[in-house]
Amino acid sequence: MAIPTIYEISVSGRSGVPVPNCDVPLTPLPADLLRDELDMPEVGELQVVRHFVNLSHLNHSIDQGFYPLGSCTMKYNPKINEDVARLPGFAHLHPLTDDESSQGALALMFTLQEWLAEIAGFDAVSLQPAAGAQGELAGILMIRKYHLDRGDTKRTKILVPNSAHGTNPATVTMAGLDVIELPSDANGDVNLEALRAACNDTIAVMMITVPSTLGVFDTKILDVIKLVHACGGLMYMDGANMNSLLGIVKPGELGFDVMHYNLHKTFSTPHGGGGPGCGAVAVNNKLKDFRPGPVVEIIEEPTGDETAPLYGLIMPPKSIGRLKAFHGNFGMHVRAYAYISAYGGEGLRDVSRVAVLNANYIRANLRDTYHMPYDRICAHEFVMEGHFDDAPTVHALDISKRLMDYGIHPPTNYFPLIVPEALLIEPTETEDKATLDGFIEVMKKIAHEAKTEPELLTTAPHITPVARLDEVRAAKQLVLCCRPIPEWDVDYVPATST
Amino acid sequence: MSYIPHTDVERQQMLAAIGVPTIEDLFEAVPAAYRFPKLDLPSALSEMEILADLQSLAEANDSAHDFSLFRGAGAYHHYVPSAVNHTILRGEFLTAYTPYQPEVSQGTLQAIFEYQTMIAQLTGMDGANASHYDGATSLAESVTVALEASRHKRTKVILSPYINPQYRAVTRTYHQGNNVQFVGDEGAADLNDLLGMLDDNTAMFAVSYPNFLGQIEDFKGLAAKVHAAGALLVFVANPMALALFKSPGELGADIVVGEGQPLGIPLSYGGPYVGFFATKMAQMRRIAGRIVGETVDKNGKKAYVMTLRPREQDIRREKATSNICTNQGLMALAATVYMSLMGKHGLKKVAELNYHKAHYAADRIAQIPGYEVDRSKPFFNEFVIKCPRPVREINETLRSEGIIGGYELGRDYLYLYDRMLLCVTEMNTKAEIDVLVDILGEVK
Repeated sequence: MAIPTIYEISVSGRSGVPVPNCDVPLTPLPADLLRDELDMPEVGELQVVRHFVNLSHLNHSIDQGFYPLGSCTMKYNPKINEDVARLPGFAHLHPLTDDESSQGALALMFTLQEWLAEIAGFDAVSLQPAAGAQGELAGILMIRKYHLDRGDTKRTKILVPNSAHGTNPATVTMAGLDVIELPSDANGDVNLEALRAACNDTIAVMMITVPSTLGVFDTKILDVIKLVHACGGLMYMDGANMNSLLGIVKPGELGFDVMHYNLHKTFSTPHGGGGPGCGAVAVNNKLKDFRPGPVVEIIEEPTGDETAPLYGLIMPPKSIGRLKAFHGNFGMHVRAYAYISAYGGEGLRDVSRVAVLNANYIRANLRDTYHMPYDRICAHEFVMEGHFDDAPTVHALDISKRLMDYGIHPPTNYFPLIVPEALLIEPTETEDKATLDGFIEVMKKIAHEAKTEPELLTTAPHITPVARLDEVRAAKQLVLCCRPIPEWDVDYVPATST
Repeated sequence: MSYIPHTDVERQQMLAAIGVPTIEDLFEAVPAAYRFPKLDLPSALSEMEILADLQSLAEANDSAHDFSLFRGAGAYHHYVPSAVNHTILRGEFLTAYTPYQPEVSQGTLQAIFEYQTMIAQLTGMDGANASHYDGATSLAESVTVALEASRHKRTKVILSPYINPQYRAVTRTYHQGNNVQFVGDEGAADLNDLLGMLDDNTAMFAVSYPNFLGQIEDFKGLAAKVHAAGALLVFVANPMALALFKSPGELGADIVVGEGQPLGIPLSYGGPYVGFFATKMAQMRRIAGRIVGETVDKNGKKAYVMTLRPREQDIRREKATSNICTNQGLMALAATVYMSLMGKHGLKKVAELNYHKAHYAADRIAQIPGYEVDRSKPFFNEFVIKCPRPVREINETLRSEGIIGGYELGRDYLYLYDRMLLCVTEMNTKAEIDVLVDILGEVK
C-alpha cells in the first residue's frame, strides 16, 4: 500500500512541536490584512518523524548501495562533513554580518578559492554559483562581457559538441547567445575538420567536457584549444568529470580559460535528492575581473603580532554581477574544504587514480558481454550499449530497471545522446573491489536473462516499492498538489476594459 | 587513504584484469607534458584534526550562537525543531540522487509532492516546482516566465524598489544578455508611481510582501490594474509572514516566489537555502525546474514522478528556457518537515510571536529620544528606525555588548542613510529586546 500523504494523516485540532508563550505585551493584529485559512497538516511529532522515515525507506541512496550513475559522481559523502557544516559558528552566522565579525567563514572561503584555483591550474575562483548549471551561466556571461569589454561585438556564437550535457546548450540560450553544434568523430573526440570549418570571428567560446561525456580523454584536446584560440574564441571546460583529473592534469595549464566545478560531484558534498550543490568557477587572468561576486580577498596583510590577514568580500571590478543572494551555498564550501583537507594533494591524485582504475576494471570485465562503442582505456566512466542483437525486445531502459531488482541503482541511460541505447557507468573511487565484482556478476547475469527470459527485464523492476509508472497520465492530468486551492474573487479586469 | 578502500594487493589484481602494469598507464591519453602536475596543497589531515581546524574557524565568527541577533534583511533566525535535522541527515535522503528513477525514489518524490502542496497552500497558487537556488534566482526565473507568457512581444519588467536589492541585482545578472528593460527601482517610487509605468510593453510587475523595509503595502486593486494592462503580477513573499497574512493568491498574484529559508533552514552564512516558485495553472507549463506529479504504476498503485519533463534542459537542450538541473532538494525537504512539525497552528503561532515581539521592540525604541520608528505602514517582523548617530557606529557599540544590530539601509538606499532595519523573531526574548533598547538609549 502507498504511504498516505502527510495531509491524509492530519487530524483537525492536533498540534506538532510546541511554540513558546509570548513574553511581551500583545499588539492587536491588523484584522483586515490577515488570512482566514491556512491548510497545513495537523500532525504530532512522532507521526511526522515516522512519516518521513517511512518515506526514506522507499529511496535508493549511496549509504544503502551501489550507485554507478555516470556523469554524476555518486561517491561516499563523509559524515564528518555534515558535522562541521553544522558547527554553531557557521550554522547560526548571519550572511550580512560585517566582514570583521565573520573572519572565520571568510578565511575558509578564501582558502577554498585558493585550493580550487591550484587544483585546476587557474588564477582565481568565485564560489557564488549554486550548482553546475549556474557555474556554466557564470562562465558564459563572463566570456560574453569579456568580448564586449574589448569592443568585440560580433562574437555571439558558441560551439558545443553533440556529446555535451543538456545544460551546455540551455546555458547558451539563457545568456542570449547562439549554439553551433559540432559532430564527434569515430573515437568520440571532437571532429577537427568540422571545428576548423566552424571557427571564425563570430565564435565567443567553445564549451567542452573533459574527459568527454563518453568517458574518454580527447587525445586531440591541445589541437582543439589551439584552433579555437586562433580564431579569438575562448575555451570553457565543463568540469562535471573532474573526478578523473585531480592531480592528473590541470585544465588551466592545457589552455582552458574558465571551468566550473561541481563540488557535489568531485568534492563529495551530498546530492540530497537533487541538491544543494555548488558550481564554483575557476578562471585565468583574462576573466578574473569579470567573476560573479562577491568573492573573498585579503584586505590587509597581517602586521606586527597578527598571524592572520583581514579578509573581506569584494566585487571584482568588471563583475557580471551577483548570481545569488549573499555568498553562494556556504554550507557546501565548508564540506568541500573538509573533504580536501582529508586528502591533501597526493590523496586527491589517488582519488582520480582509483576512480579511473575502478571504471577500467568494470569495463575490462564487461567488454566481452556488452558492446563497447569506444573500446579503449577509459577515464572515470565509460559508455556501453544496453542492447543485444540476440535479444531484440530488450533495451537499455530494461537493463536499468532490472538492476533495481538486484539492489543497484541504474547507470545513466540514453545519455550521451550520440550513443544508441547508452548506459554510462561511473563507479567512483570509494567503492571497493567486492562491490565492483558483485556488479560485474549482476551485469553478466542480466545479459544472460536478456537472452533467455527477456520478459524478466521488460517487466522489471519487480521488487521495488512501485512498478513502472504511467508517466503520460502524470503529464496529462497534472496533479501537483493533494489539497484544493480556494478560489478568490480578485476583481480581475479583462484587458479590453482599458 | 581517507575514503579509498583499496589495498595494494587489490590494486594489483585489478590492474592485471585490465591488462596494464601500473595505474599511470591508464592516463596515456593525457598530453605527457601536462601529466601528473604538482598540487601545492597542505598534507592530509585526520578526522580529528579537520574537526579542530573547522572548530577554530567557526568560533572566529560572531554568530547568533553567542550574540543576540536583530538582523534579517533576507535571512532570518528562527527556531529549527530537532526533528528537521534528524530527518534530512538520514542517508536515504541525504545521499540520494535526483529522482530520475521513480521506482527507487518514491521517498524523495512524495516529499517533493508534499512540499509543492504546502507551498501552494501558503501562497494561494495552484502549484509549485521542486525549488530554485534561492529567492533571488526564483525572481530571475519568473521574468523568463513572464516574457514567455507575452510570447516575447513585451520586454519591460517593473520592479518595486522595495524588493530585496540583492534579488533585483541577481535578476539583472540573469537577463543581461536578453532584451529586457528593468524599470521602477532606481529611486523611491511608490506603488502609484510604479502603476504609472504600466504600458502595453510591460510583461511583469513585481512587488515584495512584506517589502524589504518589513512593511505590508496596500495591494488592494493592484492585480486588476496589472492584469488590465496584460502583465503578470509577481509577488516576492516571506513564507513566515504568509502564515499570518492574506495569501498572494487572494491578492491576485499570478506567480509567487521567495526565500524558503525561514522554514526550518539555518542562517549558514547565506546558504544553502531554497527558492520557492509557485504559480497559477495558466503558467504552470511555462515554469522552469523540476515538478512532481501524481500518477499510478502499471498495477494501478498510486505513485509520484517528475513530470512535464520535456521543458527541461536535458531533453530540450538549447530550446529550454532555463538551464536549471540540480536544485536545492534537501533544503526543500527541510522546509517540508518544518511545516509538517509546526503544522497549521504552530506556523501561525510562530508568525504571531514574530509580530508581537517586533511591535514590542518598535514601541520601546519609539520612546527613546533621538530615535524614530517608521509607522507609515503595517509591518511584520522587521521595521525601520531613524538613528541619531551613523548606523555603523551604533552597530559597533552593540557588537561590543554582544548584540548584532540591524541592517544599514544606506548600503542600498542612499536616501535612507540614517536608517536601520531591525528584525525581531521568536528567538529574541523580552530580556534581549530590553537590553537592546537600553544600549540604544545610551548611544544617542
